[in-house]
Amino acid sequence: MKDTVLDILEDLTGSDEVRNDLDIDIFETGLLDSMGTVQMLLELQAQCGVDVPVSEFERTEWNTPNKIIAKVESMQ
Amino acid sequence: MLNMQPYQDPTYFVLLAIGLLPIMVGLLYGRRFRVYETIISFLFLLLTFGGVKWQQGVALIGYIIFELLLIYGYLAYRKRKNASWIFNLTVILSILPLVIVKIAPVMNNGRESIIGFLGISYLTFKAVGMIMEIRDGIIKEVGLSEVVHFLLFFPTISSGPIDRYRRFLGDYKKVPARDKYLALLDKAMWYIFLGFVYKFLLAYLFGVVMLPKISALALAHGGWSWWVIAYMYTYSMDLFFDFAGYSLFAVGISYIMGIQTPMNFNKPFIAKNIKDFWNRWHMTLSFWFRDYIYMRLVFFMMKKKLLKSRIAIANVGYLTLFLIMGFWHGVTWYYIVYGLYHAVAINLCDMWLRFKKRHKEKIPHNKFTEALAIFITFNVVCFSFLIFSGFLNTLFFA
Repeated sequence: MKDTVLDILEDLTGSDEVRNDLDIDIFETGLLDSMGTVQMLLELQAQCGVDVPVSEFERTEWNTPNKIIAKVESMQ
Repeated sequence: MLNMQPYQDPTYFVLLAIGLLPIMVGLLYGRRFRVYETIISFLFLLLTFGGVKWQQGVALIGYIIFELLLIYGYLAYRKRKNASWIFNLTVILSILPLVIVKIAPVMNNGRESIIGFLGISYLTFKAVGMIMEIRDGIIKEVGLSEVVHFLLFFPTISSGPIDRYRRFLGDYKKVPARDKYLALLDKAMWYIFLGFVYKFLLAYLFGVVMLPKISALALAHGGWSWWVIAYMYTYSMDLFFDFAGYSLFAVGISYIMGIQTPMNFNKPFIAKNIKDFWNRWHMTLSFWFRDYIYMRLVFFMMKKKLLKSRIAIANVGYLTLFLIMGFWHGVTWYYIVYGLYHAVAINLCDMWLRFKKRHKEKIPHNKFTEALAIFITFNVVCFSFLIFSGFLNTLFFA
């Protein structure tokens, strides 16, 4: 599951930095923007079965690969 | 009866200091005096919406009742069902007073609507945000006292910053630990002091001292001139220091009341591109539009596959966002052009960022390119403010 999330992130950001540094801030660094966020939420729904409504999403809680993995794990 | 608009007058601050003192003492000793807080909030609201502005007061009361009915009505409905058309209808009803207030002057020869009142936009954003979170199932219950305190939170009622229900409630229900509250007071003092410098010194200098003179010179010259450029920069500085000053007051007073209202500005003029700019300028508004309009629209379009290209979806998303923002400022040609201008700017910015990503190695990146980026962004933004100011209307069409 962790790999699935990282695959999704790597695909969306077009960068393997999300694999190398699991604490990188994907928004500060411009790796992901709002559009990418929406895509990520849709992919997480499709591939990991977690349903995250847009208003549940808060940047400060999802801004690193580690945080995203933790969130997905907690929702499964 | 006396009427005072928030933060315009040093006397207002004296009244705040007196009124908030018991609250400060309470919080220092780990207690919220909720009854006192409610009374003092009511008095400050009365101060702003009473006296000569009593019609606004009536409009405000009517509006709050209307929005509360919608919120509780939708909440009750949502407990059982979740049809989209009910949600859409509720949102439309919720923004209807604001839409009426924005359109009325266009229909009535410039006369303002009687249902309008100071802060109607910001209250509407708060209410609509709640309705959307009820739809998403994130908000499952709403306490009456809590929602009233949230919507009518007096430090931010006139022009924000725009807070969100769950975040506000988190602060409101708790009492900060003493050392945390002392830190908040410390920041509050600094913010209020900085707000004074911004609003009563710098905005005064740019907006009251310099701007009228530059305006007169530009109008005397007529058409395009260096005076118009001077107007552009002066107006931009005035706009920033005035609004940032106000926001600092609102946040500072919130902090004194133990509520960490989010900040509105973060050094916007050092933004490296227009996307960065909108993460620094009027942040609570920008993020509200991003979260409640852009992301929901993009989510909907992607899920229903309305357009094939994700780039097209992003473009349409931004166009919608900024057009709404333009219209929200007013149904006037220069506000709408302002919206369109930013929509085009941010879509071009996205194009540039995609290009940069693909050609990372070939594009230089150093102190000079960064300075150039900041310079370009600053000017793109200032020109948008020139449009926003309506001065071009005065210059060319009046």
